[in-house]
Amino acid sequence: MALENNTDNHFEPKIIAFVCNWCTYLGADLAGTNRLEYPANIRIIRLPCTGRIDFNLIVKAFEVGADAVLVSGCHPGDCHYTAGNYHARRRWILFRELLNTLGIDTRRIHFSWISAAEGAKFQKFVTKIVEDTRALGPYTDYKQLMIDN
Amino acid sequence: MEKQLRETAKKLLQEGTVQVVIGYGRVETGGIGAIFVTNPDNADNLVWNQECSQNLVTYLTRKEIRKLGKAAIVVKACDARAVVVLKNESQLENNDVVVIGVACPGILNHRGSGDPVLQARCETCTERLPKNVDFVIGDESVNLPPLSVEQRSRKGNYAKLAKLMAMTQEERFRFWKDEFSRCIRCYACRQSCPLCYCNQCVVDKNRPVRIDTSATLKGNFAWNILRAFHLAGRCIGCGACSEACPAGIELDLLNLTLSQVSELEFHHFSGQEPGTAPLIGTYSEGDKEDFIQ
Repeated sequence: MALENNTDNHFEPKIIAFVCNWCTYLGADLAGTNRLEYPANIRIIRLPCTGRIDFNLIVKAFEVGADAVLVSGCHPGDCHYTAGNYHARRRWILFRELLNTLGIDTRRIHFSWISAAEGAKFQKFVTKIVEDTRALGPYTDYKQLMIDN
Repeated sequence: MEKQLRETAKKLLQEGTVQVVIGYGRVETGGIGAIFVTNPDNADNLVWNQECSQNLVTYLTRKEIRKLGKAAIVVKACDARAVVVLKNESQLENNDVVVIGVACPGILNHRGSGDPVLQARCETCTERLPKNVDFVIGDESVNLPPLSVEQRSRKGNYAKLAKLMAMTQEERFRFWKDEFSRCIRCYACRQSCPLCYCNQCVVDKNRPVRIDTSATLKGNFAWNILRAFHLAGRCIGCGACSEACPAGIELDLLNLTLSQVSELEFHHFSGQEPGTAPLIGTYSEGDKEDFIQ
């Protein structure tokens, strides 16, 4: 599933969102049922829990051409599985540092806690990261890796 | 010291406490490598000097070696930490192995031209007498006064990492792109690592293929990210991966950056304390979240 950017000069960011089933996915659903509009640049992938989100998925997202990645789950204390988001948080603290050392643009990886009641936050946050990514431009560094060989 | 090491090994074998002693010795290629002594008469083949670079702990979890029976193993201070991690991660029972620690004055790098110099990882190592071992050979005289974080950042691998982090993000990416372009995916880094013990590595699983197995930049990035991150909070800094890398990629810098975060954010020092829980696998409600919106 290669995510090709539009061929004309107009750049539309592709953003992959890994969200948890219990909070952020329902938050996105709420945004939808409330008719809150947000940019269509985001592709949502629903997973059981942020604790389930393997760091390989983030790498994979960049491999297939994502310009940014969003990881979002329940607020601390709200996890459906009690502690999945705490485990995830610790993992991302370490993982972000590794990516930073590798020179991978950490401005393109977003983390958030969005609950099932926060449809408006989802809308605002997605709009913001789409605009931020648009300002950064396409993530050519990583895409170039797929071409250079 | 070497004499004491040989006597200890001989005694363990003669008494039948262990069936094999994993130690350093002269190997066919002329250098120093791993030898597996099963006969007490051969204990004199054991060698200990500043060329004994390899981390032998990687053999403890291998099936072929386990078949030989209960093992005694010769370890340096860094290698001893790997044994502690294996025990903490339930890969070894306390009485599975007899650990013979040798006081280490630092390992010399024989790879470059000219006089051998201390390896980069040994420059910042101050606690050189192994801890948490069954026998200690040598004494505290090898230990050096501890370095402050500031002093440490100017030496060895820490200095290299500091230099890397002083670059811009694009420069770092180019640096690693250049490094990883040399990777031939021989997985020597994985095989030499005492803590990479999965029966089947995720890179060898092909349904689904998570990581491109061909030696392309795409696969090389994914593999090296995976290898480094699977050691997050676990790496004991023995440098075996970099040492084993035929392409000379400085893999230990990636591990070092993770060790530094573990230290600064969580005060976690892998392999220092028996009985500690793995860093990833536990959590604290107070972990920082300034990067989460």
